[in-house]
Amino acid sequence: MSGRTRFIIGGVLIAAAVVYLIASATKANAQYFLTVNELLARQDELAGKNVRISGAVLGDTIQYDPQKLELHFTVAHVPGDNKEVEREGGLAKVLHDAVNDPNRAHLDVVYYGPRPDMLKDEAQAIMTGHLGEDGVFYADELLLKCPSHYEDAVPEQAESGN
Amino acid sequence: MLAYIGYGALWLAFVLSLYAIGAAVYGALNNRFEWVESARRAAVLTWPMLLLTAGSIIALLVTNQFQVEYVASVTSRAMPMYLKITALWGGQAGSLVFWSLLMTTFGSAVMLRSWERDREFLPWVIVVTMVTLAFFIGLNLFVENPFARLWATMDGQVIKAVFQPQGAMPFTPRDGNGLNPLLRHPGMIAHPPMLYAGFVAFVIPYAFAMAALITNRTDARWIRLTRRWSLAAWLFLSLGLILGMRWSYDVLGWGGYWGWDPVEVSALLPWLTGTAFLHSVMIQEKEGLLKHWNMVLIILTYALVIFGTFLTRSGVLSSVHAFAQSAIGPLFFAFIGITFALSLFLLMRRWQDLKSDLRIESLLSREALFTFNNMIFVGVTLVAFWGVIFPILSELVTGQKVTVGPPFYEKATGPLFGLLLLLMGIAPLSAWGYASAKRLGKLLLVPAAFAVVTVAALLVAGIRSLWALVGFGLVAFVGYIVAEEFVRGVRARMRRGESLPVAAYRLIVRNRRRYGGYIVHLGVILMALGIIGTHFFASETQATIPEGGKITLGRYAMTYDALQQFFAPDGRHVARAIVTVYKDGQPVAEVHPRRDFYLDSQQPMTIPGVRSTWLDDFYVILVDWQPISVEGATFKVYHQPLVGWIWIGGLVFIVGTLVAVWPEPDPEERTTARKKPARTRRGRPLPRSARA
Repeated sequence: MSGRTRFIIGGVLIAAAVVYLIASATKANAQYFLTVNELLARQDELAGKNVRISGAVLGDTIQYDPQKLELHFTVAHVPGDNKEVEREGGLAKVLHDAVNDPNRAHLDVVYYGPRPDMLKDEAQAIMTGHLGEDGVFYADELLLKCPSHYEDAVPEQAESGN
Repeated sequence: MLAYIGYGALWLAFVLSLYAIGAAVYGALNNRFEWVESARRAAVLTWPMLLLTAGSIIALLVTNQFQVEYVASVTSRAMPMYLKITALWGGQAGSLVFWSLLMTTFGSAVMLRSWERDREFLPWVIVVTMVTLAFFIGLNLFVENPFARLWATMDGQVIKAVFQPQGAMPFTPRDGNGLNPLLRHPGMIAHPPMLYAGFVAFVIPYAFAMAALITNRTDARWIRLTRRWSLAAWLFLSLGLILGMRWSYDVLGWGGYWGWDPVEVSALLPWLTGTAFLHSVMIQEKEGLLKHWNMVLIILTYALVIFGTFLTRSGVLSSVHAFAQSAIGPLFFAFIGITFALSLFLLMRRWQDLKSDLRIESLLSREALFTFNNMIFVGVTLVAFWGVIFPILSELVTGQKVTVGPPFYEKATGPLFGLLLLLMGIAPLSAWGYASAKRLGKLLLVPAAFAVVTVAALLVAGIRSLWALVGFGLVAFVGYIVAEEFVRGVRARMRRGESLPVAAYRLIVRNRRRYGGYIVHLGVILMALGIIGTHFFASETQATIPEGGKITLGRYAMTYDALQQFFAPDGRHVARAIVTVYKDGQPVAEVHPRRDFYLDSQQPMTIPGVRSTWLDDFYVILVDWQPISVEGATFKVYHQPLVGWIWIGGLVFIVGTLVAVWPEPDPEERTTARKKPARTRRGRPLPRSARA
């Protein structure tokens, strides 16, 4: 086998390794990104599965037990479609409406860890975790965004609780 | 008034850049060099205009002109002066102006150099830099105007507009929103300008690459002319990334330094392709190979620079919702799409001309290993890019948004980074042209033995994690090779009668590019040490303890001694705990984890207390406290082994880059002066381009 052939085989192997790594890592770590309504509609199918949920934080429901580092709060459904968000007047307004609309679907969330700095009323919470049998969402990761205050890119971990 | 001056200057800069584009194209196509000269002057003039624009924004910021919407959104009265100045890049509109200012600064610097030898490049370099500049100024003028003012309309709404709308009254808020507290940190103040400087500096090599394609000058001249620009761009990007990591570690209070969030990834993408580019251009300079590949890399880097600016600045992030939030999104995508397509078209047109009559003939030759290194860097870029766009792709294809988190990136990039580390060790030992496995094997024998001994020692010490052992083994292997490279060079000089310090100094200074590169490699190895340490051996615990209580974590312990609360003059309420850190039962340090509450933005911020040594960090976060009750306070504690090496390695890395980028006495002249007879590879003469 000539050096040239061996070089080409080496290149092909590397390319194959990259493709394999992307495919396998995607398969193992992909999570659905859903709205509260979508999660509740597919509750049976998705219970126990790792998913990502976005919702608006209801400020009155935030409870924190620093002894156990146990955080409880409730989020309200916000639409996931960008065009819909635009039509309704931007993210800040959508979050505000979601929190103040008693007819919206709600989801109770439990999270263990330090209380995130940006957790407050009308913040957008993006949570990774699973829906328990009890209908409560157990979040392993919690990202928060407050569109009313900051237009700009704070890296997301800035707003994460862990 | 000030706002109108800045606004006017911005318009002038826009018009000048458009004129420069037109004049340069006309001059080049009709061989009328006076038009190109005129274009050059116009391009240089954009610099004072943007300086005036940025200067008036800063003047507005520091004088609290809250009637200007941008000022109101990023500053407040309580903010110290230096933060008000740096608020220039604290928001979207201002940071786009800052981007343009950097673009025209770098562009003008290039325009002012002597062009005699490369006159045919000049018009096209003007076109590329000015098109980029005009795009960014256009964003400011038509979409994100930093000079828009607030007006109260008749029906009681507050709107923003540059000129007074009909029937509206000027509106001035009493105070501004203030800069996001998270951004009020030295690391975060320096981080965006560094990142931007890196982004923008990469436009220069791209501009020369395009000029080379258009003028069909396919030798390595464009690479040699921009080598220092590429290195400088890379230096700034690296600095920006490292500062960002440090900021994340110091401020965000989660014990980590890299979270693979889209903002970080978007800054990493051009760094990855840029790193590949820096390596592969060496092959073109030395051997005349990989000409197409270098073009592809610099085109990709340019596209990723614009993409990265867009991602860091537009609030797209990973949020499902934010994508259409700002009007600049579609504009960015259109610009990236058009420039990318045009660049590829130019490349295709010259495809035949770029063909080299040489091929890579040996699996273990240095050019082959460099090519593999390049492929892996591009592989990591693909992984990271895939992670960022996967949610969008999946929604387009399946209608269902699917995301991937940090585990995806770690799993997919980990093995690739390991391979890169391995190649980093082997490649410098391999020979150009043809390398035999036997010879290379001989050279690798001792380093490999050293790695085996290291791993055995770690096994004895009780480390059982397979991948951590592989990682440490690689670090030992590559570390030995790099160290040997230095020792060998210094020894050779000492044999000629130089003393040790003189020999070491001269070795590096006389071969800046090579030994600068090795110093960078050394930095990478040290950083790898820190990354392996924190990735595999970090531990954490948390507890609520009364005053005088104790939390134990491994060989460490901490006691909660007292809590202090006070108002700081810059508008914060501070609650800080006095914590004593013990190691093996002995008190070793006092740290002060704290919670700052920013009154203007009503936002708390958690700052850790950290005790750092070269071996490990003990990192304490004050989670919560009850001032009066007996319950005391809740702490979260992290033990981060070897994390300090990330910062030490980062420093070494930067020093190495500085060594490589430092100007040498006219390298171009020197190489021509000591023109050696052309080397041949396996009996064939080298092409002209490879000799130059």
